[in-house]
Amino acid sequence: MSAITLRELTKVYPNGVRALDALDLEIADGEFFALLGPSGCGKTTLLRTIAGLELASGGTVRIGERAVTNLPPGQRDVAMVFQDYALFPHMTVRDNIAYPLRIKKVGKAARQDKAAATADELGLSTLLDRRPGQLSGGQQQRVALARAMACHPKVFLLDEPLSNLDARLRLEARTFLKRLQRELGVTTVFVTHDQAEALALADRIAVMEGGRIRQVGTPTEVFRRPANTFVAGFIGSTPMNLVPARVDGDALALAGVRLPVPEDARGQLADGETVVYGVRPEYLDYSPEPVPEALTGQVAVVENLGSFSLVSLDVPAEDDTATSVQVVVPEGREPDPGDTGWVVPRPGRSLVYRDGELVGGATAPPVPAPRTGVGAEA
Amino acid sequence: MSTVTTTADGTGTADRSRAAVRHLLARVGRYVFLCLVLAFFALPLLWLATAPFDDTPTIGTSLPDFTLDNFRTLLDNPYAMTSLVNSVWLAGGTAVLVVTFAALAAYALSRVRVPGRDALLYGLLLLSSIVTGTATMVPLFELAFRLHLIDSRLGVILILTGGLLPAAIFILKDFMDATPTSYEESARVFGASPLQIMRHIVVPVVRPGLATVGVWAVANVWGNFLVPFLLLRGPDKAPAAVIMYTLYTEGGQADLRLLSTFSLLYSLPVALMFVFVSSRYGFRFHGGIKR
Repeated sequence: MSAITLRELTKVYPNGVRALDALDLEIADGEFFALLGPSGCGKTTLLRTIAGLELASGGTVRIGERAVTNLPPGQRDVAMVFQDYALFPHMTVRDNIAYPLRIKKVGKAARQDKAAATADELGLSTLLDRRPGQLSGGQQQRVALARAMACHPKVFLLDEPLSNLDARLRLEARTFLKRLQRELGVTTVFVTHDQAEALALADRIAVMEGGRIRQVGTPTEVFRRPANTFVAGFIGSTPMNLVPARVDGDALALAGVRLPVPEDARGQLADGETVVYGVRPEYLDYSPEPVPEALTGQVAVVENLGSFSLVSLDVPAEDDTATSVQVVVPEGREPDPGDTGWVVPRPGRSLVYRDGELVGGATAPPVPAPRTGVGAEA
Repeated sequence: MSTVTTTADGTGTADRSRAAVRHLLARVGRYVFLCLVLAFFALPLLWLATAPFDDTPTIGTSLPDFTLDNFRTLLDNPYAMTSLVNSVWLAGGTAVLVVTFAALAAYALSRVRVPGRDALLYGLLLLSSIVTGTATMVPLFELAFRLHLIDSRLGVILILTGGLLPAAIFILKDFMDATPTSYEESARVFGASPLQIMRHIVVPVVRPGLATVGVWAVANVWGNFLVPFLLLRGPDKAPAAVIMYTLYTEGGQADLRLLSTFSLLYSLPVALMFVFVSSRYGFRFHGGIKR
């Protein structure tokens, strides 16, 4: 039982910076939870406040049944893995892993056995007598995880767990971390600024901006139905197309064409209202031939991304300026720059934002299963 | 055409050989200069190595007329050996105090936000290095007198400690700054107390810095003449640096035999300590130089 409950959590630094602003959040027992946001959004402060390294200026933190708001970090039964791993350079891997047990006054033999057993679980048995300086980045990370595991905490807190690894190792470590968390079943909160990492690892994601949570949801929810334009622009390896539009009867007028109002927003828009029409490049189909209910424009840039290409079209905007719409095109069907193309949004995948907020709610009826083809999780 | 080439080649060769000669001469000149500089610094050391074993040492360096009598005479001097022990006490006591207090102060200054912290540090360093101990000797003597610390080893240790602390704090603060706070935070999350963090993490990580400051403090006290000379009254408590000043013959002449022998014994402990500490911990002064 180690759910984390935050109520009205506020952190104001002595210099007046409000890093957390009356934040409410519940993290379920055993959940793998991501705090995602751009730098300076307060996600690391939130993690450190849960750990007890920062004291909350207001609000409460509960871990399981215990209120821990004012407890020192050592009494919260959490373990934290730091971005730089914080392995003690003067201790061997064995002593590093055994250190939490040393603090808990476990006998030397017992804690060394425990360290060896934990190291064995993570494939570190051959490295026990080395110093951290003699290990690769991936090995150091696993030692840091082993040290966190050794004292069987109720909660794991990981600060940017993958950012210190190179690109290839990062993918490996991502799979490893997800498997480990599933096997241990311990509530885990991690901080990342990389939306792909959050989507891939987490059971649920909280997207943060300016000390507030802008959306909490499963990766599918935040990817398919971002609750606001900030999340829409932040999530996804290619940002969502956000095109200014005007409500015109039962249709939206944008980029010189009329498109039907998306299902979820029907009946909630007033005639003549100015809104923003959003659709992911992955949910647009490109056609070199004219098709009905399509945006049209001239191909400006084609970016080859391996199994698919990202095509940018210049389409006329409502106010006579040009705006760019990006579409994902599978390999072998790429147009040439200068061609004229038509893009059709897939049914049920386009969204309408009014004043930056999603019309129709973030947890609207489930969208139809995605068509096979272009990868949505690139 | 061919003549031109030859001429050009001929001129080239002459030029090249002239350049080579110039280069050679420059090298010879440089090495001669280096030898002179080296000799200037090496001769006194050579004197220190030979004179103690010479039956009749002079101011110059010569092949010694080998004898160990000088050492025997020195051992007969009642204060020679005790003065070395006194030096060890003063240097050791000061080094322990300097390292302990400088480490604690540097840690606090590095980790706690104190308004005007940098100004304080630079001010201390400036005052302690510009205003020398000699200039402050009169008030210090007065202070020691009022605190009844005249003719007391503790008084000498405290005054020397005070003089060395600012620079020691300055050096150690850079070591503390270079230690990532995540080490300590990590230990805190595991439940370590501040004292445990200091003992398990901070001290071992900054050990080269502590060793450097310790050795530096010992060397400073070992060579300090003025403070113990003024504050200690009798020769029984005087350290080696002060006793050295008393090694004269009845006629008022410097006794070169005793002086050279004592100088050798006086230099050895510090030199050995340097070798030992540097091989064990390695000296590092970074921080002050790095940034």
